[in-house]
Amino acid sequence: MKTATIHTLHRQTSDETFNVDRIRADFPILAQTVHGKPLVYLDNAATTQKPRAVIDAIRDVYECHYANVHRGVHTLSQRSTDLFEKAREKVRRFINAGHAHEVIFVRGTTEAINLVAQSYGRSNVSSGDEILITAMEHHSNIVPWQMLCEQTGAVLKVAPMNRRGELELDAFETLLNGRTKLVAVVHMSNALGTINPVQTVIDLAHRRGIPVLLDGAQGVPHLRVDVRALDCDFYAFSGHKLYGPSGIGVLYGKEALLNAMPPYQGGGDMIRQVRFDKTEYNVLPYKFEAGTPSIADAIGLGAAIDYVETIGIDTIAEYEHRLLSYAAQRAAHIPGLTPIGTARDKGAILSFTLERIHPHDIGTILDHLGIAIRAGHHCAMPVMEFYGVAATARASFAVYNTFQEIDVLMEGIQQVIEVFG
Amino acid sequence: MLDEIRDLYQEVVFDHNRNPRNFRVMDDATRKIDGFNPLCGDRITLYVRLKDGVIEDVSFQGQGCAISTASASIMTEVVRGLTEDEAHDLFQTFHRITTDQDHEIQLEELGKLAVLAGVRAYPARVKCATLAWHSLEAALKEDAETAVSTE
Repeated sequence: MKTATIHTLHRQTSDETFNVDRIRADFPILAQTVHGKPLVYLDNAATTQKPRAVIDAIRDVYECHYANVHRGVHTLSQRSTDLFEKAREKVRRFINAGHAHEVIFVRGTTEAINLVAQSYGRSNVSSGDEILITAMEHHSNIVPWQMLCEQTGAVLKVAPMNRRGELELDAFETLLNGRTKLVAVVHMSNALGTINPVQTVIDLAHRRGIPVLLDGAQGVPHLRVDVRALDCDFYAFSGHKLYGPSGIGVLYGKEALLNAMPPYQGGGDMIRQVRFDKTEYNVLPYKFEAGTPSIADAIGLGAAIDYVETIGIDTIAEYEHRLLSYAAQRAAHIPGLTPIGTARDKGAILSFTLERIHPHDIGTILDHLGIAIRAGHHCAMPVMEFYGVAATARASFAVYNTFQEIDVLMEGIQQVIEVFG
Repeated sequence: MLDEIRDLYQEVVFDHNRNPRNFRVMDDATRKIDGFNPLCGDRITLYVRLKDGVIEDVSFQGQGCAISTASASIMTEVVRGLTEDEAHDLFQTFHRITTDQDHEIQLEELGKLAVLAGVRAYPARVKCATLAWHSLEAALKEDAETAVSTE
């Protein structure tokens, strides 16, 4: 899944295959100043910027091909439908799903998880059953299950993590039992950067016949994801964290599970035949895509996947890992800086606190230096509670970030410390 | 290099952040309220002792950014001895200067609070500055121990 760990701590490492300047030139938004300083965008775990190829693809749809999909006999409708379905096929290939109809277009990771909770959950979970998540989940992989538990009388169980922010696999395994109806685990934590041993998680659950959903919001942009190799039952991710548009995301589900599930929402496109006494639902994937989808955004997501594939997800993962190693190494030399989340297997996220300085103050001052980071609870309040902090500052990296930007960040943090003296 | 954010982070703000005034639990408070800013996780517990409609004493505890801590600290200094109505008027003045971009600020009418006027240039931080004030407003309105949120 993950590329080999490379401990290259020297920023000067030459790399003939990877030219970050060329990549930066693909992202028009990066070439600007903020408060008179060159923009250093390090809030990629929240959302990534868009390459020109994605922006152009969306413009091209609206300027040349746009009409509603799966309906008209006219030319534009056919063209839109072709582009839309081509994008679905690109997603299928990217995550190595077995069939394009196992790729359901949704608004994002959150909607994908809600879909599974309400459709799969409502029809398979009942009073006394258990849903198992982990202590490092994003709110979007907590709240939908709490809602399901309220509706059904099921119980939400939480597998613990250690102080490094690593899932405690033994405890996880002991929480699996005959009442467990679903396991929902984040692939890579947005607050900590932890990459979970999802293959082991899946194997342990499957040994007991329990299906597994992976929250891949951070996983897909940073790791090679092969849903068939993983054998996960559901995989959810968002387009906007993968250099694609917001408002489009994907739920992958195994065909047999999806076929057995009732629709999530009712409406147009998800039906085969409607009569007042009985409605026959459409086949996959349309059964789960009620209403006009986000057509141009789905096509934009396809363009984002093309873009990522021209660089190569493994190349991206390896480069980001070098960025993270360098950032972690430099951060370790800043007195008063405490990294939050030090898992041995970690993606490109540096979450930290500074002694006696609130993350919001860090965020505001860094912004004045042109540096965009996230300050807050990262929609993972239980994680903050675990570490006994109200919030953290988080720098998260993407393919277009540079070692020099990490230098700017570290100098900025030093300035924050000086200002607060 | 950071001169331009000195309008937000004035020395007075740093001073109150480092040494917040009236930062203590009040055992004989007549009102106690928990304020919460879910955006940044700031929490404040505000204690007020009211007697005959006058704020005899006010103190706070909590964890927050420099702006929210300084604002709470300064607030406890300026509202002590005020009547409930006077405190309410001051809340409205403070709210206006921190949120109303069009309003001409009369710094004189603000006294000590003027150091926080700079926050209006930072919409994302306004809630930090107003958390303590919203908590006070709620504390004066209600008798019960309730929670207030700036979201």
